[in-house]
Amino acid sequence: MGPAELGQYLASGVVVGGIYSLIGLGFVIVFGVTRIVNFAQGEFVALGALVLATLSARGVGLPLAFTGAVAAGVAAGMLLERVAVRPLRAMPSLAILIVTIGASIALRGGALLVWGTDPFAVPAFWAGPPLVLGGAVIVRQGLWVLGAAACVFALLWAFFTRTYAGAAFRACAANARGARLCGMRVDRMRLAAFALAGGLGAVAGAVIAPITYATYDMGLMLGLKGFVAAVIGGLVSPAGAIAGGVALGVVEALAAGLVSSAYKDAVAFVVLIALCLAQAAGWVPWRVAEEG
Amino acid sequence: MDAQRRWRLLGAVGLVVAAVSYAVPSSYVLGILVFVALNGLAALGLSLVMGFAGQVSLGQAAFFAIGAYASGLFSTGLGWNPWLGVVAAVAAGAVAAVAIGLPVFRLSGLLLAMATLGFGVIVYYVLNNWAAVTGGPSGLTGIPPLSVGGIAIDTDARALVLVGFVLLLALGLAGNLVDSRVGRALRAIHGSEAAAASAGIDVMRLKLAVFAAAGGLTALAGALYAHYVRFINPSPFGIGYSIELVVMVVLGGVSSLPGAVLGAAAVVLLVEALRALVPALGASHGAAEYEIVLFGLVLMAFMIFLPGGLAGGRRRAA
Repeated sequence: MGPAELGQYLASGVVVGGIYSLIGLGFVIVFGVTRIVNFAQGEFVALGALVLATLSARGVGLPLAFTGAVAAGVAAGMLLERVAVRPLRAMPSLAILIVTIGASIALRGGALLVWGTDPFAVPAFWAGPPLVLGGAVIVRQGLWVLGAAACVFALLWAFFTRTYAGAAFRACAANARGARLCGMRVDRMRLAAFALAGGLGAVAGAVIAPITYATYDMGLMLGLKGFVAAVIGGLVSPAGAIAGGVALGVVEALAAGLVSSAYKDAVAFVVLIALCLAQAAGWVPWRVAEEG
Repeated sequence: MDAQRRWRLLGAVGLVVAAVSYAVPSSYVLGILVFVALNGLAALGLSLVMGFAGQVSLGQAAFFAIGAYASGLFSTGLGWNPWLGVVAAVAAGAVAAVAIGLPVFRLSGLLLAMATLGFGVIVYYVLNNWAAVTGGPSGLTGIPPLSVGGIAIDTDARALVLVGFVLLLALGLAGNLVDSRVGRALRAIHGSEAAAASAGIDVMRLKLAVFAAAGGLTALAGALYAHYVRFINPSPFGIGYSIELVVMVVLGGVSSLPGAVLGAAAVVLLVEALRALVPALGASHGAAEYEIVLFGLVLMAFMIFLPGGLAGGRRRAA
């Protein structure tokens, strides 16, 4: 393998990794505040992509279509919290996991009824031939993916560290009961966490749609890989999820290029199980969060 | 229910099954009943994991596939007696369950659920891509039927008697297990792992044993399936089937063993009803589309409003 190929694998891995990071952040934010693994996270991605595809096919301008996609994701996240998660607050987290699995199937089925099985093409945000960077070819949309991911990370960082609401958010994640005793409205925080996760998923779906097309069932695999990204980072650390997403994207691209592309989608799950093994053996220096 | 009454009841049900298989001429109806029994057997395994070890496996379809492929491969490629293939399939399912459970049972239940899901995806990819052994997407053909006392189980009626017998036997044995000292220990674990451990129960070992038993039971269902349909390929064994099994268990009532069979019956009949009704109503989409939405909504509704499932009241689930 020459350095050019390695560079190509790294470049495509980082682009896909940016998507996994965005989705993984959604898992981290919801898990942090609620200790729930939201299986439906990937459906927000599909929703974002499909809404963007529909709006731009109707001639809506990109900024407005993008906003519409994100709004749909936020609304879906809030709806999920209100309808399915809130009534079960007192249940064990495994029961809520099953409910979110139900929600994910229902959302996917709903998307199937509305959009059908055909993939929708979405025009690239910035048309033109692919760019060549030091021997590696990157589609222009890849830069949008990385740019969107970087913007989201910067905004989230500013929100969590520089604002009062962000500090309250972190307090709920650290200790929900303690936060409530200090007068914070944890219920509202849970709703905000799901809204934020829905929005993040929709952003991921909107920026990846021009590369992968938008299909009703794209969310399942992307969501699961985002979960693996979050687990690599410990499931409660936003920075960990970002690093985990990029690492997973690169490992996947390398495995597909060097081993076999047939098993590309299985790589994430091998990583997940290897991580579980390593953690059980005590080889992982950081802890994957336990349910609390 | 005490053991003697349970066996009498199961025996009575067995007689009904035998009578149905003799009296019902429609192979469509008999075929549906065979699928109810096969799914019931697979769901029974998952119900042990969910209701009695308090864990969720999202990769149970992988054990079904392991059973089907193990028995199929042994009896076609190696030319073994199909029954030996079935025994090997059960062993393979149990061993696979221990291999995946041993490392992940130390972690939280959420991670276990996701790790089993990952296992299911990996098995699915291996079945599709390791064409030299599994036949890849086109699968295995020419799997011989099982035979009992020289009678080949090659009709729907005979398959119903055999699978029904195995299911009732498994229900009886699982019922005995749940009522035994081991079953009480499992319920204690379900209540509180820390309290169970402090009472001297080896939590890890018992949970692993339940997981292995479930893997074996689900693999048994897969093996019987392979010898019944005589042709297998990977497509029915994806994430979708793993989740369908969870739906069956939740629908029937997580802590009820007969509930798992009831849930399997409900899901199989629901799917058949949709297939019959949707085209008749002139809907714009196929039955499969509505099936997905309905499964999702049913799963949510039962978890939220009826955690005891069809078999029980409003008990706590999972």
